[in-house]
Amino acid sequence: MNNKLKIKISVRNLNIYYGKFLAIKNITLDIPERSITAVIGPSGCGKSTFLRALNRMNELLPDVKTEGEVSIDGRNIYSPDVDLVKLRRNVGMVFQRPNPFPKSIFENVAFGLRIQGIRDRERIEETVELSLRRAALWDEVKDKLYKSALELSGGQQQRLCIARALAVQPQVILMDEPASALDPIATLRIEDLMRELKEEYTIVIVTHNMQQAARVSDFTAFFLTDEDRAGMLIEYGNTSDIFTMPKDPRTEGYITGRYG
Amino acid sequence: MRFKEKIYLSLTALATLIIIGLLSYIIFDILKNGIGVITWEFLSQPPREGMTKGGIFPAIYGTLVRTLLMLVFVVPIGVFTAIYLNEYGRGSNFSKWIRLAINNLASVPSIVFGLFGMGFFVLFLRLGAGLLSAALTIGILTLPIVVVSTEEALRAVPNSYREAGFALGATKWQVIRSIVLPQALPGILTGAILSVGRGMGEVAPLLFTGVAYYLPYLPSSIFDQFMDLGYHIYIMTTQSFNIELTRPIQYGTALVLLMLTLSFNIIAIFIRYRMRRKRS
Amino acid sequence: MVNPRHIFDEEIRRLRTDLLRMGTLAREAVDKSIKALVNRDSSLAEEVIVGDDIIDKMDLDIEMKCMELIARQQPMARDLRVIGTILKTITDLERIADHAVDIAKIVKILADQPPLKPFIDIPKMCEISLSMLDDALKAFVNEDTELARKMCERDDLVDALYDQVFRELLTYMMEDPKAVVRALYLIFIARFLERVADHATNVGERVVYMITGVLKELNV
Repeated sequence: MNNKLKIKISVRNLNIYYGKFLAIKNITLDIPERSITAVIGPSGCGKSTFLRALNRMNELLPDVKTEGEVSIDGRNIYSPDVDLVKLRRNVGMVFQRPNPFPKSIFENVAFGLRIQGIRDRERIEETVELSLRRAALWDEVKDKLYKSALELSGGQQQRLCIARALAVQPQVILMDEPASALDPIATLRIEDLMRELKEEYTIVIVTHNMQQAARVSDFTAFFLTDEDRAGMLIEYGNTSDIFTMPKDPRTEGYITGRYG
Repeated sequence: MRFKEKIYLSLTALATLIIIGLLSYIIFDILKNGIGVITWEFLSQPPREGMTKGGIFPAIYGTLVRTLLMLVFVVPIGVFTAIYLNEYGRGSNFSKWIRLAINNLASVPSIVFGLFGMGFFVLFLRLGAGLLSAALTIGILTLPIVVVSTEEALRAVPNSYREAGFALGATKWQVIRSIVLPQALPGILTGAILSVGRGMGEVAPLLFTGVAYYLPYLPSSIFDQFMDLGYHIYIMTTQSFNIELTRPIQYGTALVLLMLTLSFNIIAIFIRYRMRRKRS
Repeated sequence: MVNPRHIFDEEIRRLRTDLLRMGTLAREAVDKSIKALVNRDSSLAEEVIVGDDIIDKMDLDIEMKCMELIARQQPMARDLRVIGTILKTITDLERIADHAVDIAKIVKILADQPPLKPFIDIPKMCEISLSMLDDALKAFVNEDTELARKMCERDDLVDALYDQVFRELLTYMMEDPKAVVRALYLIFIARFLERVADHATNVGERVVYMITGVLKELNV
């Protein structure tokens, strides 16, 4: 992998258990700053679990145990003194299905600021506009900011969710199959947006659509389950290499559609 | 197979018809005998001449006040309990026990609530027999309705909203307050109104906790005794010195109680309908 | 609404520019090799031979880039034809440059020997072949099928010139055995130029395919 890039997220020997079940096993990888890293693999290989370990969302589920280390900017986010609220502000997340709140477009984007106790109307308005612009949605919604977010199309809703995540000024954005519920054109628009966002943010995307990973990412990690159904990292490298000359036969089998 | 299908269809249709039939008969009977009694005087005057004449205003007043008082207690406690069960203690053993207790509460005979209310509120807490004790007793009876319907409303809020909130760095309470509760509000209101409908018609829990046979004045504090519609029907049909003579009053009172309960239920249905339309 | 594939479009555009640069280099190599022949300029010939490394590298780079685009961007329809055309065309261009090297090598050998005859037809062949290549590349840039078709027709001229050169040199050889080696070398050179024109024709055919989707020989 390219050594010139600064490492943003560093994962070391990560194990995650659901109860007694080992969901992902001994994952170690480094995610470079200001780039798009895709995690691909068949269903149930622990991609989402891995992603949700990066902002500790797994802890919302009961009975989840995490071992190992995840460091962002060199700080282990699993150390006991970490403030979860701050962590999640720094590591935004976009979900599989667009999930705007049943509020106005404006309030959706402003939500992250309001819960921080920010009351300054002008500052909120500025941030909302900036976030919507960054999410390439401003021109489409600027005349209906106070309409319900649920009136937007699926693709617009997803970009709204991205804007909502951007509003709290994260450095890392996690995307959990962000386009799986969208049509092809809306999908390409999200991908295009991701390419723009990587200039400023570190993006990690989980996708079962490997063409999408091929199109959009700089680095690709391939996950697969072992015989105990625990997800493992099989191969990780430059996306071009993974898709033109994978080293592991299992990666090759998966991306050529012959296996997995 | 065909034949079997037909049998089951007929059985289920028959069961439905029986219920509708019974219900229509009751409503029709009450309407037929009660509608003539309803006059402005009946609704606005106290009973006269040993309760054989006059109106039922004190009973309407008592019923409404003790029901509103009940709401004041039952809604916050019920809603917070449901929030605890569904948001904080989800899946924990403790909340399983609480849920079991609440479900059991719903199956306790209502006279037992009356006895408990007398023992606990009236005597032990020395609240005396009056509106407050009665409202609290009815409140315990309707608590399961509020808890269960609130829980249902909370569960209906998609988890993805909560996740989105947490992912933005919201605390649990922030997520509940600014995302979950606004979404669940119609459901919570429905539950509250249903509890009103239920509590309004209850008589047994009032028996030892504050309801009066007859009062020449309206209650002026929450510790005063009060008259009540359900209880009024009960005494008119069992203890009146001339049951035949007061029959029209009995029907009229029943009709008023029915209408009050019905209107609360209709409001609940309306809110639920609007909520559904908003969601889809 | 912004075209969501604009980055892919940009990469294809860059690829087309690379292809043109490679075409220009190949063209210059042939041009220089014939200039070196006419002027008996060994150092210019050497320049052509050394310069071929750059073209070979471009060939590999463009091919890798095409493979990566196919793997990562799943090109369809016209995008796919453009990339296919580029993949085929770089092979023709690389071959043209190789022929320039072949000619340059002969030039270095002939430089030590007395000239056989003044060059008339060979520079003419070179001129026509290169004008064909120029037009093929121009047709590629401007997506001009008409130009591509017309340019292919000139292959016949080159073929005719080749026959003429061949017969003429054959006479030289029959007249004077000492001239055989030099004449043979010149026949090779004419042959290489004839091949350059054939490769230019291939490029023209690909351009037509890229634009219309119809793949056929334009000069049989």
